Amino acid sequence: MEKIIYMDHAATTQVRKEVLDEMIPYFNEYYGNPSSIYYLSNFSKMAIDKARERVAKAINAEKNEIYFTAGGSESDNWAIKGVASKLRDKGNHIITSKIEHHAILHTCEYLEKLGYEITYLDVDEYGMISLDELEKAIKNETILISIMFANNEIGTIEPIKEIGEIARKHNVIFHTDAVQAVGSLPIDVKDMNIDLLSMSAHKLYGPKGVGALYIRKGIKIDPLIHGGAQERNKRAGTENVPGIVGLGKAIELAYSELEENTAKLIELRDYMIKSIQSRIPDVRLNGHPTKRLPGNVNMCFRYIEGESLLLSLDMYKIEASSGSACTSGSLDPSHVLLAIGLPHEIAHGSLRLSLGIENTKEEVDFVVEKLTTIVDRLRQMSPLYEKKQEGK
Amino acid sequence: MYSEKVMDHFMNPRNVGEIENADGIGEVGNPKCGDIMKMYLKIEDGIITDVKFKTFGCGSAIASSSMATELIKGKSIQEAMQITNKAVAEALDGLPPVKMHCSVLAEQAIRKALLDYSKKTGVKIEGLDETEFDDDDLHEIEAEE
Repeated sequence: MEKIIYMDHAATTQVRKEVLDEMIPYFNEYYGNPSSIYYLSNFSKMAIDKARERVAKAINAEKNEIYFTAGGSESDNWAIKGVASKLRDKGNHIITSKIEHHAILHTCEYLEKLGYEITYLDVDEYGMISLDELEKAIKNETILISIMFANNEIGTIEPIKEIGEIARKHNVIFHTDAVQAVGSLPIDVKDMNIDLLSMSAHKLYGPKGVGALYIRKGIKIDPLIHGGAQERNKRAGTENVPGIVGLGKAIELAYSELEENTAKLIELRDYMIKSIQSRIPDVRLNGHPTKRLPGNVNMCFRYIEGESLLLSLDMYKIEASSGSACTSGSLDPSHVLLAIGLPHEIAHGSLRLSLGIENTKEEVDFVVEKLTTIVDRLRQMSPLYEKKQEGK
Repeated sequence: MYSEKVMDHFMNPRNVGEIENADGIGEVGNPKCGDIMKMYLKIEDGIITDVKFKTFGCGSAIASSSMATELIKGKSIQEAMQITNKAVAEALDGLPPVKMHCSVLAEQAIRKALLDYSKKTGVKIEGLDETEFDDDDLHEIEAEE
């Protein structure tokens, strides 16, 4: 494969060598079904146990509060549908936000069809929910609050601890989709009053197709996947042992290196933002300037459209992402960019560069240089830019 | 996802720019949907002697504009009127179904520029009338593909 510059870590990450090395024996050496009782299966059982311990430790949970799933979307679906069905008799109201991942939004829309009532909280220009509005939205029928830890597009970090306090005060279950946050931000489920937390391995240099749901002791939710007795009767299906091992190793590595990696990424991120702002006119940083994921750069380039920007970057093998409608096949640009108040034509010109630990300052310089040329080329072609130049 | 031809016309678009004192100018699309095409025509004795475009939009919108200008340059008004969105898409070796509306925009931009020419000069063009641009729902076309 040709050399690429990968700046789409919010989409997925490569599996780190240390992670892959630990996973491999569980494909063909220790392949026993963890539910079996013979010698071979002990290895798989022990491996799952160790991974569970590593995951729990990373977020300050207890081992028996971690349930492995097939990824972030399953964890989100399970948390929401599991609470909704378990607490059907208590209430039918769920509070979430307008900028959640589709795994949350589409699940909530599905529940609306079943008769549940959903409040979608607005966010401010930075993508931050209002704690006041959250508290005001709570009523007797409210059974769940689900607010993401950090946004996948614009990187904004929500006031999770404060949300948790409000939820606890009103005796409402609090779920957070922490898929972007786990491995990148310090998380303490006890201190932050989190009842349910979703995570995914492939966002933190682990494998795809595996994740976990943290369920605080005492919180009862219905299963999503029915079948065998795996995961203490809560999540059926033979465990993805190599994947689970990978998640355990990846999360342990992420948190052992957290401080160092965070410092490096924030420096690189802010350097990139400043470089872009100083070299390209008419750009806008989306999201919060400081309360944002360490590797997240999300900018709007006025007068141009995001997909053409991505295609041009790909010519240099620069891999990034966009909130442009044209990348998703839908007509509306990103719901997140619209929720922070951007007009359609500006939201169409967004670019997300999500940095990872292997990115370097040289790569950032190269990308900014190419970006400057590309933006200029596309603007020269744009009738909107022409109008701007004419002062219309 | 795109053919080599689309990528070629996106990376090296033909006829980008404006024509001063153009005989016909057509602008279609809107920024809300993420694409705007503006086409400029120079017409002499019923022949399109020069054509330029500016486009705000995705890769296929830019490629479709570029291809459309190539298809009508040097052609008569009547020939240009025969250019359909399908012809633009086919000349690009196809567009993904969700991008077919880009080729529709290109067809519309040509027609609107011709309409502008017709209005300015009083030259009547068979089969062209203003009402066809009332419908903003160009995106509907993708359902046909």
